[in-house]
Amino acid sequence: MKLKLVVIGNGMAGMRTVDELIQTAPGRYDITVFGAEPHGNYNRIMLTPVLFGAKSIADIMIHDFDWYLNNRVTLYCGPDKAVVNIDRERRCVIAHDGTCAFYDKLLIATGSLPLMLDIPGRNVEGVLGFRDIADVETMIEKAASKRHAVILGGGLLGLEAANGLLKRGMQVSVVNRAGHLLNRQLDNKAAAFLQRQLADKGIQFYLGTTIQRIDSRDEHISAVELSDGSVLPADMLIMSTGIKPNISLAKRIGLECQHGIVVDDSMRTSDPAIFSVGECVQHRGELFGLVAPVYEQAKVCAQQLSGQTNSQFKTLSSATMLKVTGIDLFSVGDFEGDNECQTLQLIDHELGVYKKIVLRNNIVVGVILYGDTSDSAWYLNLVKDKTPITAIRDRLMFGQTSLANAA
Amino acid sequence: MNTIKTTCPYCGVGCGIEATVEDSTTHRVTIKGDSTHPANFGKLCSKGATLGDTVSLENRLLYPSIHGQRVDWDSALNHVAARFNEIIEKHGPEAVAFYVSGQLLTEDYYVANKLMKGFIGTANIDTNSRLCMSSAVVGYKRAFGADTVPCNYEDLELAELILLVGSNAAWCHPIAFQRIRKAKENNPNLKVVVIDPRATASCDIADLHLPVKPGMDALLFNGILAHLQQNGRLDQAYIDDHTEGFAAAVSEAQHSAGSIEQVASACGLSSAAVGTLFDWFAHTEKTVTVYSQGINQSGSGSDKCNAIINCHLATGRIGKPGMGPFSFTGQPNAMGGREVGGLANTLAAHMDLDNPEHVDRVSRFWGSDKIADKQGLKAVAMFDAIAAGQIKAVWIMATNPVVSMPDADKVKHALQQCELVVVSDCIANTDTAQLAHVLLPATGWSEKDGTVTNLERRISRQRPLFPASGAARHDWWIISQVAQRMGFREAFNYASSADVFREHAALSAFENDTEHQLRDFNLSAFARIDQHDFDALQPVQWPVSAGHTAGTARMFADGQYFTANRKARFISITPRPPVNAPNADYPFTLNTGRLRDQWHTMTRTGLAAKLTAHRPEPFVEIHPTDAERLGLAARSLANIQSLWGNMLARVEINPGQQIGSLFVPMHWTGQTSSHGRMGAVVNPVVDPHSGQPESKQTPVHISTWPAQWYATILSRKPLHIEGAEYQVKVRGERYFRYELASTETGKDWRVWARSLLAAEEQHIDDNYWLEYSDQQAGYYRTAYLLDRELQACLFVGPNSELPEPGWLGSLFAKTELSRAERLSLLSGLPPKGETDIGRIVCSCFNVGEKSIKQAVQTQQLQSVADISACLNAGSGCGSCVAELKEFLPKPT
Repeated sequence: MKLKLVVIGNGMAGMRTVDELIQTAPGRYDITVFGAEPHGNYNRIMLTPVLFGAKSIADIMIHDFDWYLNNRVTLYCGPDKAVVNIDRERRCVIAHDGTCAFYDKLLIATGSLPLMLDIPGRNVEGVLGFRDIADVETMIEKAASKRHAVILGGGLLGLEAANGLLKRGMQVSVVNRAGHLLNRQLDNKAAAFLQRQLADKGIQFYLGTTIQRIDSRDEHISAVELSDGSVLPADMLIMSTGIKPNISLAKRIGLECQHGIVVDDSMRTSDPAIFSVGECVQHRGELFGLVAPVYEQAKVCAQQLSGQTNSQFKTLSSATMLKVTGIDLFSVGDFEGDNECQTLQLIDHELGVYKKIVLRNNIVVGVILYGDTSDSAWYLNLVKDKTPITAIRDRLMFGQTSLANAA
Repeated sequence: MNTIKTTCPYCGVGCGIEATVEDSTTHRVTIKGDSTHPANFGKLCSKGATLGDTVSLENRLLYPSIHGQRVDWDSALNHVAARFNEIIEKHGPEAVAFYVSGQLLTEDYYVANKLMKGFIGTANIDTNSRLCMSSAVVGYKRAFGADTVPCNYEDLELAELILLVGSNAAWCHPIAFQRIRKAKENNPNLKVVVIDPRATASCDIADLHLPVKPGMDALLFNGILAHLQQNGRLDQAYIDDHTEGFAAAVSEAQHSAGSIEQVASACGLSSAAVGTLFDWFAHTEKTVTVYSQGINQSGSGSDKCNAIINCHLATGRIGKPGMGPFSFTGQPNAMGGREVGGLANTLAAHMDLDNPEHVDRVSRFWGSDKIADKQGLKAVAMFDAIAAGQIKAVWIMATNPVVSMPDADKVKHALQQCELVVVSDCIANTDTAQLAHVLLPATGWSEKDGTVTNLERRISRQRPLFPASGAARHDWWIISQVAQRMGFREAFNYASSADVFREHAALSAFENDTEHQLRDFNLSAFARIDQHDFDALQPVQWPVSAGHTAGTARMFADGQYFTANRKARFISITPRPPVNAPNADYPFTLNTGRLRDQWHTMTRTGLAAKLTAHRPEPFVEIHPTDAERLGLAARSLANIQSLWGNMLARVEINPGQQIGSLFVPMHWTGQTSSHGRMGAVVNPVVDPHSGQPESKQTPVHISTWPAQWYATILSRKPLHIEGAEYQVKVRGERYFRYELASTETGKDWRVWARSLLAAEEQHIDDNYWLEYSDQQAGYYRTAYLLDRELQACLFVGPNSELPEPGWLGSLFAKTELSRAERLSLLSGLPPKGETDIGRIVCSCFNVGEKSIKQAVQTQQLQSVADISACLNAGSGCGSCVAELKEFLPKPT
């Protein structure tokens, strides 16, 4: 008899685990997947190109419905199939419409939700997050007829949304509480380069401020009022002030949770039969929002599920790329550094190139590349592998080619 | 277009040049070797080949000035004449002096000498040739009774044994060296021996290199003489018939150098090597001994010359094809200077101040009753007399003694407090010109019109390619005009250089016969030469007289010398080590010398970017063992200190250097470097007979110079840099390069760079700049661009490992930098797909180290010929052939 694996969450983390598992232990499990969106598994990162029209929904599908059939994976998807409860005693998962599936092992991959700030007047049409296909479809539809878009949040997702809507012909303003853009990924200088470049494209910025009220007309957003009292016309407000792990289900069934679902190095939750991967987990105090470590979790989890109990997840540095045409940006690790760190910096103002490398004990711990990211993979490896760089320090900034040329 | 035959102005080889003037207003000229000239048959070295790059108006002195104020010629000439007369009237003729140069043409030289010795009435005229070959003059005169070079270049090709003694001919006389190389290829029996404390590029073709202990050459040649006697290899008939003084000379030789072991031990050589040399010398009839500054620049230089000549006289190997003692002079017209008597201890036309008959003869010829009748002050003594205030007026022509003299800081101070310093030169900014009260603009090489004599006695024409620039005038004209204004109108009434040459030739022929006393130097055939024939003069070896109208290839074929009894004289030589021996405080012996691609104080070669690339900075060569013991890292800066002064130089570790010996190049000046003047270090010891300084052996101390930071700047515009104690300026193609260092701690590089490099104040704005910093490691690099065109870049680092300027320099040729180039710029390395040729090895074809390494590796090149076929390197002047060999795979 095959073991039963149930996966809650038809997103990138859960399905990556399924993929890995089919590779490593084909036929070991009967697999059932629950997903709340009415789609197959798609690449959420690629929603940005969909927004600005470079790709279609079909283009970004990782697993379409045929895939589930061909691989004998049972898929329950759509709002009715959202999981509402888990009976840990009976090892049974129950969906909104009553669909129920028994498991020997359970994988929770519920991902995260956009953080929707509690701004007065927010419960009107035209206020949305930027998280799933439905959000993107709404944005595309509104962009066709409306004029003013306001983005709250100058992070990666916010800037990608801003750029996408700009491409779709809207006038776009970005409101950000921090004084500089991408403050989780960039330092002041890089952010200034980025802001200049985006401003040149036509995006307006309101930094160091936030939205204190949303005005509406006929139940539809019409304007936003900033904390300094000024008012921006708004036909759409995208909230991209961050994400929070989607842990309500896990909490309800009593799994140990802090900010996320607490997992050990084998991606197991406080219930040995239940695993968790992706943006919903908290591992050694850390949350995850980027694809690389999530895929690594999926790999470890799949190996555990297939019986390789020595496989362990280690947090690795992961990098950021901004998917905005014409903007090359890469950021990894501790790019601000501390007192023990040393900083290397390259600036070409006219070319719009800024690079920063942060060293601690002659190891690269953080990198920002702005305007030229051709060596990003190499830097990422240096950070991951903790390669000592003493011998190449004076050429480090100039990438891998400079090493070959100096030889 | 107009093709003109002229002569190279650099070393004493005297190569013929065919210059094609492309544009006379912009001084564009194409230079190639004159295939008909007997010195070079069309070949040119890297320096000669790049003459076209040195004839621009850059840094030319174009107008007369007094105390920095531009004046017209009349005012300048009147001023000089009046001031000289005033000082002479008040203090006597001994209170004035001329310091002239082997760069002057014979005509210039003749007039200067005539004015000082004939009309001012003192022999206080000396020349930079004093520093170069005055010992060789003494050697020849003592042996032959006249300053006569017996041999010619053909003898190098006919010889079967060539000794290169104290001569790095490969770099200093490249075309003569190439003739030896070729001769060796054609004649496998030809052996070459290099006798030199250091392994130089000349060792490339050596069958034997004897790294003799510095200064021990005389003992080595005494050893040869003793060996010849002991082994019955003397030409007794020749000794008996044509010489005198043999017994004393050989007895002294036996005493000082009577056995191979004794010689080997004293010279720091192996007995086997000494034995081989002695054996080859004893058994090879056709032997030429080439000697140069390594012999001459010595406290016993004259004796060393005679120790060599003794060996040739004892074997009768002189005056016949393929043999002879052959002095290689340094300068283009050192020989012409000797002919006119430009040295303080000679008169004119190879006559002597010490000989009353000569003095009388010249006095009658010149029609002067004031002629000097005793020797004047030789260079070192002359500047001492200036320092002591005995000489109150000095006129320096076409030379740069503040750089080239020993104890050069003293020379500088002497000129600083001298009452009247007149400098005539073609270059505006020299260390010496800076100290002048009166500056007189002379014509430069490309404008001069007259004759020079090369080191095989061959007189060739230097012909003007362009009209004189600015207000520049020929030196003979300037001197004549001053002479006329001093009251000697008739005697200096020359209208052309042909006028002067004619008089010079007539003097050489004046009473030059057996009835009076026969003299070697005789141009009687030219005593009535007209302008047309002077202009058409073909290269010819003197004497050119009734019996020898086509010139004279070899002297002393008949065994008749110019002594009173027509016999050559052996000189008994007691070998002496250098006067100042290394000691505990100054444990190293400092040797000085030339580089392949530079000439003298770089006022001209320094203008050619191609020539600066080979060795861009002052350096000091040191043996690896010494460097390791003293902790001197390659490329770091070292302080070289003697009792007389100090200099800073880049450390080059070289196993070709002896342990305990150092070598520095002679070329750097206060204009090109802050602390690169080797003259400041060199001891002012002179040979008692020749007065030539001992420039090759100064005891020194060497230590690390504790630089806190190093920097390289490349700038399209010349810069005035403050805040860096160590500075070297190098000419690049379309840029200037500055190598900097300091013992002070670093500064705010960003602020410093922008204030130094920005052409306009608003350019300090970020948008004009690229910046790289690694503050904790001490690195800062920046580049300044205008409209995407590179203007300047600065690289600062905590050590001397800064980028080489090869690829960076090439960016100055571009009007716009690509994105890839900008992104690579501050790494100093080219982006992927572009190549850096590296340090230039072959100046003729601009071939760099990295290109050679790559070609050798990828195309499995096995020989220099392969490299030449592939990259052209080495196929021009051939001076880099020795270096090319180092890139070839080592035989296993």
